[in-house]
Amino acid sequence: MAHAHHPSFAHEGGHEGHHDLEELRKFGFWIFLITDCILFATLFATYLVLREHTAGGPGAKEIFEMPGVIVETFILLTSSFTSGLAVLALNAGSRKGLLGWLIVTILLGACFIAMEVTEFLKLVSEGHTIHSSAFLSGFFTLVGTHGLHVSLGICWITALIIQLTRHGITPVTQRKVHITSLYWHFLDAVWIFVFTFVYLMGVR
Amino acid sequence: MPTSKLMRPLITCGVLAGTVMLASGCKSMIVFDPKGPIGLQQRDLINITMLLCLIILVPVLVITAWIIWRFRDKKGNKAPYQPVWSHSTKLEIVWWGIPIAVILVLAIVTARYTYALDPAKPIASDNKPITVQVTSLDWKWLFQYPEQGIATVNYLVIPERTPIKFELTSDGPMNSFWVPQLGGMIYTMSGMATTMYLQADEPGNYMGTGANFTGRDFAKMGFTAKATSKAEFDQWVAEAKNSGNALSEEGYQQLAKPGPSNRMTFASVPSGLFERIVNEYSTSRGAPPGYTIKAETLSEEKKAEHTEHPESGQLPPGNNAQKDAHDINSFGQSDPKAHPMHMNHGK
Amino acid sequence: MIDSIKDFVSWFFVTGDPLIYGADVSIVLTTVAIIFVLTYFGKWGWLWREWLTTVDHKRVGIMYIIASLLMLFRGGVDALLMRTQLAFPDMKFLSPEHYNEVFTTHGVEMILFMAMPLMFGLFNIAVPLQLGARDVAFPFLNSLSFWLFFMGAMLFNMSFVIGGSANAGWLSYPPLSELTGSPSVGEDFYIWGVQISGIGSLMTGINFIVTIVKMRAPGMTWSKVPIFTWSVFSSCIAIIVAFPVLTVTLALLFLDRFLGAHFFTMDGGGNAMMYVNLIWMWGHPEVYIIVLPAFGVFSEVVAAFSRKRLFGYASMVFAMLSISFLAYFTWLHHFFTMGSGADVNLFFAITTMIIAIPTGVKIFNWLFTMYRGRISFETPMLWTLGFIPCFVVGGMTGVMLSAAPADFQFHNSYFLIAHFHQVLIGGAVFGYFAGLYYWWPKIFGFKLNETIGKWAFWIWNIGFYVCFMPQYFVGLDGMTRRLSSYGWDRGWWAMNFTSTIGGFLMGLGFLFQVWQIAHSIKFMEKDTTGDPWGARTLEWSIPSPAPLYNFATVPVVTDRDDWWEEKERIAAGKAPKAKPALEPIHMPKNSSIPFIQAICWFTVGFGLVFHWLWIAIPGFIGIAATMLAHSFNYDTDYYIPVDEIKRTEAEAGRIV
Repeated sequence: MAHAHHPSFAHEGGHEGHHDLEELRKFGFWIFLITDCILFATLFATYLVLREHTAGGPGAKEIFEMPGVIVETFILLTSSFTSGLAVLALNAGSRKGLLGWLIVTILLGACFIAMEVTEFLKLVSEGHTIHSSAFLSGFFTLVGTHGLHVSLGICWITALIIQLTRHGITPVTQRKVHITSLYWHFLDAVWIFVFTFVYLMGVR
Repeated sequence: MPTSKLMRPLITCGVLAGTVMLASGCKSMIVFDPKGPIGLQQRDLINITMLLCLIILVPVLVITAWIIWRFRDKKGNKAPYQPVWSHSTKLEIVWWGIPIAVILVLAIVTARYTYALDPAKPIASDNKPITVQVTSLDWKWLFQYPEQGIATVNYLVIPERTPIKFELTSDGPMNSFWVPQLGGMIYTMSGMATTMYLQADEPGNYMGTGANFTGRDFAKMGFTAKATSKAEFDQWVAEAKNSGNALSEEGYQQLAKPGPSNRMTFASVPSGLFERIVNEYSTSRGAPPGYTIKAETLSEEKKAEHTEHPESGQLPPGNNAQKDAHDINSFGQSDPKAHPMHMNHGK
Repeated sequence: MIDSIKDFVSWFFVTGDPLIYGADVSIVLTTVAIIFVLTYFGKWGWLWREWLTTVDHKRVGIMYIIASLLMLFRGGVDALLMRTQLAFPDMKFLSPEHYNEVFTTHGVEMILFMAMPLMFGLFNIAVPLQLGARDVAFPFLNSLSFWLFFMGAMLFNMSFVIGGSANAGWLSYPPLSELTGSPSVGEDFYIWGVQISGIGSLMTGINFIVTIVKMRAPGMTWSKVPIFTWSVFSSCIAIIVAFPVLTVTLALLFLDRFLGAHFFTMDGGGNAMMYVNLIWMWGHPEVYIIVLPAFGVFSEVVAAFSRKRLFGYASMVFAMLSISFLAYFTWLHHFFTMGSGADVNLFFAITTMIIAIPTGVKIFNWLFTMYRGRISFETPMLWTLGFIPCFVVGGMTGVMLSAAPADFQFHNSYFLIAHFHQVLIGGAVFGYFAGLYYWWPKIFGFKLNETIGKWAFWIWNIGFYVCFMPQYFVGLDGMTRRLSSYGWDRGWWAMNFTSTIGGFLMGLGFLFQVWQIAHSIKFMEKDTTGDPWGARTLEWSIPSPAPLYNFATVPVVTDRDDWWEEKERIAAGKAPKAKPALEPIHMPKNSSIPFIQAICWFTVGFGLVFHWLWIAIPGFIGIAATMLAHSFNYDTDYYIPVDEIKRTEAEAGRIV
């Protein structure tokens, strides 16, 4: 189990050291994802506890509109696919392909967010706000937290695209592409749970 | 240790203080002086667990003292010194084994007592149980006697040798109902009713208290639980009924406002009051948002800066206390599924 | 206009209590004094370059320790205020409102702003050195963690003079902590102070897991990892699992208060008991997060001061990992009295009892480390020896509490208070003191005066028992926690008075420690050996204080107590390990971003406490801007040339 390549700020200089540092950061990001998983798990738990607590107001069946949600799901799944294609382009060393797929990914992400915001605004305009009932508090918080994560991802990938145009593919930008892609897939997986537990189980 | 001489007076002080404390403490500890079957069994369990723990504690402390003394770093200490000796499977099995054995015994004892002392389990008795409905308010206790039709604030009168079925809820922050000499405590929580059976075996005044912090005048939530003979109890009920002091809906709203209270006695209560208090915040039905029976706050100025909850002093429209009355009636049955109001976490 | 300003001021600032005014004056005077000294001696640049922007784990560790000792002082003063109020029945020393604020603050300060940072301070000081690493895995993140903790703590402390403190208990159960029960901004200060520092703690957890997994010196297999590092690892695992739950719970409570959501409200279908469950899903592991590293310290100290290998290393490691795992399945024992039914109570009673097994095993292993050793009684060892009886008794009462039906009589009484103070002070605080005394020479390069230290130890210990033993009895006599006063008729006076005396003795013990530090700084006794205790692990193989780069050459590990074995080899006349030639050392650059970003977090927290978006939004923008600035910065490291390494080592008396 000894680490032959000691990855600290070690004596081997130049790119070698950088390479190990990037590995370290990837590993750190995996650990971060565990914490994020638990964060979402907690939100799911609270939502499931409060699902029926409608305080006399409408429940999931009455307010969810599935067609929009299914389109959202489709868009996000596709964006996960394109984010995968971006990594493939990176591995092939194609900066153009990488940038192209990253741009497609954030555009799809933006569409997803736009649809989600529209859905939220519609609910609010119908008088179903976070204040209406425990069920809606749980709903807005869980889905909203996911949306916030996606929005953050969009900003992050945008920043990465700028860095890629400036520095090209280096060990650092390479690691960043890997990490953002990991993050994006993770959000996709979380959405599948949102789709199942919130929407599908809701309208069932 | 060169300083040990200097420490001697300090240690003496400590030992003295400890002795005084033990001497003055033991005679009055009410948990060890139970006056009812539940408290009695709980005391027995405490004694058993303490004994089991002492079986480990005392030898460990003795061994510790001996090892420290025996192997101290002093010139001419002839005790063996083996700096590399750091593993012995046999010894490790021994001290994994001892705690496992003790915990096993303890777990079995605890399991038996946990089922025997389930608070919602009725106490076997020839006397018919009396129901008392307890509501913790800011910062007072309301006790309703549905069978007698009376109510009290901050004091409780119960007949001796009669099981008392407490149904407990809260119209405010969570509190905890505790009469140590009769038995352990249970939480009072808004939107649900917990059940607990207690019984006093002999007449007396027993200290009762709120045990979960609820804010400013929490310290004033002590009450007395007075156990009397059956005859005295009946007489007291009759007196209360004749006092003519009825608790009205408005009276309850007044009572529920934050503030401490003196003892009070009510000759009658509005019908279904307790059920309404429970149902008001019941999580599955849920009061409409913004509805709080007493969104009164400690300082009105500060509240004005923040609150988004409009105040409303009325009971909710279409209150379903009546049609859900069967829920309330089924409290305390031994089958937990039979009383949905008992801890309904989002069912 | 004037009137409305007056109204605002009297609402904004806490007024009306001479104690508070006194504190206000001393805060202002201290601030002025600090500013004056820094300006007079021209130290602003030094402060900025060497401390505020540092990413060096040793300096971050020192800052953690200083901050935590300040918080220990504040939390201790709170404790003495409470003990004074309770010394006699019907005391009017503190009003009930003030008392409630004081005990809430005491709890939060001690657990979150004293124990956690003191623990992180020791993590930072010791772990990279024990691993033979040059720094933690993410030095930048480490600095950010510290500043988030610091700003969170400051935000929470600020409520003392502005707006009013939280007063709903250290875990602030709703519905009491909702707007209906706690309309003042104190709760929001609590939420944001704890939230911001909690995010810092979470990042520290991630950081040290990666450090321990990836940055061990060559040859240091898992079975050769020093035991303190193992304890940090098990604690960090609990951190990453537990802290996200805290983040969510506090966020939901804030949504209730800020947007009128209905997670834990009484109306609107909210469920306050969900909060109680959630907060303890974090809160219980938190207790073990705090105490596990203390176990690690004891293990190091016991071995070092018994001149003997740690007994049962493998079972120690297994015990710690199983504790950090089991810690997640016991949360309900904090509310057996909720009425969840016998099955549920029994499950959690048994899981709680099971935790006692690995904990008990550890005690035996420490005892048998001393057995056939040679025990010397320097201060780190004294605290360790003081810990053993204290923790054994505390553990025993813990087992008593775990028997669910018996807990119905103990719950929320002073019995419980005595129990958790006994395990938290006797376990965690004694452990951190032991660690602090143990590593002090390594941190600062000089030793602490042993005589005063021994006085401090004995006064503390006696004070502890005098303070907390009576509380067991008064608890069994029906006294519940958080009572702001009690009557003569209760018969609790003698116990409470004794307890108060003990409390002040502990305060005196703390003063002795302050004296000890001041004395030792004045009559500085430098540690020139780098190994003043004759200890066992790698951190003692380098000079004290450790140079910036820690190890001139990365050590190659061959044994569990590598430094001890090396000393044995040299003593036996064998050749020491060959050291490779010096090479330039790759180091991270300092960064001002963590400090600035933490200030932005503070701004966000402050704005949201008062619901002033015009303050919060610029804060958010600042956070985003600093994150981007960090992301776009590719100039983050540099090399220390060989000449400089040679010079530094020579100055420390090491010929390379």
